[in-house]
Amino acid sequence: MEEIVDNFFNVDIAVGAMSIVIDGLLNTILLSLMVVPLGFLSGLGLAVMAQSKSRAVRWPLMAWVDFFRAFPPLVLLVLLFAGLPFMGLELGGFACVAVAFMLNNSAYYGEILRAGIDSVPHGQIEAARSTGLSGGQAMVYVVLPQAIRNVLPDLLSNTLEVVKLTSLGSVVAVPELLYQARQAQSATFNPTPIVMAAVIYFLILWPLVRLLSRLENRALAGRG
Amino acid sequence: MTAWDKFLDAFFNAKVMAKYLPDILAGTLLTIELAILIVVSGILAGLLLALVRSLSFRPLNLLIIFVVDLLRSLPPLVIIVLLYFGMPSAGWSPSGFMSTWLSLSLVLMAFSEEIFWAGITSVHKGQWEASRSTGLGFGQTLMNVVLPQALRLTIAPLTNRTIAITKGTALGTVVALHEILGMASSAVSNSYNPSPLILGSAAYLILFIPVVIAARWIEKKYSWKR
Repeated sequence: MEEIVDNFFNVDIAVGAMSIVIDGLLNTILLSLMVVPLGFLSGLGLAVMAQSKSRAVRWPLMAWVDFFRAFPPLVLLVLLFAGLPFMGLELGGFACVAVAFMLNNSAYYGEILRAGIDSVPHGQIEAARSTGLSGGQAMVYVVLPQAIRNVLPDLLSNTLEVVKLTSLGSVVAVPELLYQARQAQSATFNPTPIVMAAVIYFLILWPLVRLLSRLENRALAGRG
Repeated sequence: MTAWDKFLDAFFNAKVMAKYLPDILAGTLLTIELAILIVVSGILAGLLLALVRSLSFRPLNLLIIFVVDLLRSLPPLVIIVLLYFGMPSAGWSPSGFMSTWLSLSLVLMAFSEEIFWAGITSVHKGQWEASRSTGLGFGQTLMNVVLPQALRLTIAPLTNRTIAITKGTALGTVVALHEILGMASSAVSNSYNPSPLILGSAAYLILFIPVVIAARWIEKKYSWKR
């Protein structure tokens, strides 16, 4: 028991590693604040384009979505980080994470938002247009607010996954939470900093997980 | 050499690709093996947990909810790193394969438990009462009446989640697992040429594109009617 406390919950080590780990947390937050809006907006763009009646627009979009659903985000990240320098383009870890996650998330957010837009009855658009709103206005003021509300649980669930995914940044030396914890662990030969990182992730994301769990159960109740 | 030739030489170098093809294939086999193991153990464990939860034994249910919440909040990579780099301090040194398999199975278990549980609770209470009143036991009702209806609802969300988590086998690279990405990365450092990464990417696409297309079909067929 004492050995476990010494190795995983060592107070001295935790105090020493605190500032390094907190730095990591700040970068994780920063990274999330960057990749979530980027992914959401590019996904929104894809979802709106997917409303096109032309197959020449819809099919490539579907291929784009399927491609990124099949492609592991870490592979995409490593491909950019290790591959681009061979084209004379040195982006750095932070920018690689931003680009890789924007591509990956455009597919996920895009698919969710497309389902949301599809869930709004077509009569709504016709009604909006007949009151004199333009197509764009009808989309922004009438369709999207309802679409987003209809798929809110899925959007939140994906956002949770994106925040967790920022831990991949550690692979390309972005000093986010996991990376900093690993640094502190190798410096002290003690895994307590990794446990700290895990606890921080849990404390930050648990409320969201609870909320999602309730929303999902409510969504399913009464479908039987 | 033109820029285009340079590009081809860097990313689609046939000589480098031919040299490392056997490695990438070996990595692909390992990825398939790992993915199948994760899917089987993760989903079975999740179903088992959901069934235990339906017994409504409060202390046990609170424990299940806590474990599921914990596994849903932690990034899979953090769990893998914790097992691989942390556990040796507790006298257990899991291999890269073990760490990746166990972590991703646990994560899939948590997500599938939630999905199965949502499916079970979605079956109307009257169904339980009707079955019990015909003389079926609790277990018989669960297995023959509730689960068949519940599972139908779970297929689409479960497929999506399973794809997302099995793609995570690439995380094994971080703990020295020689799956596709691991093989490709070391081939890049050995050959100073990124072509093996393109080969590895192709391997992932060949593996997962059919699964994603199948998922699209399943989603249409079994989607929850809103």
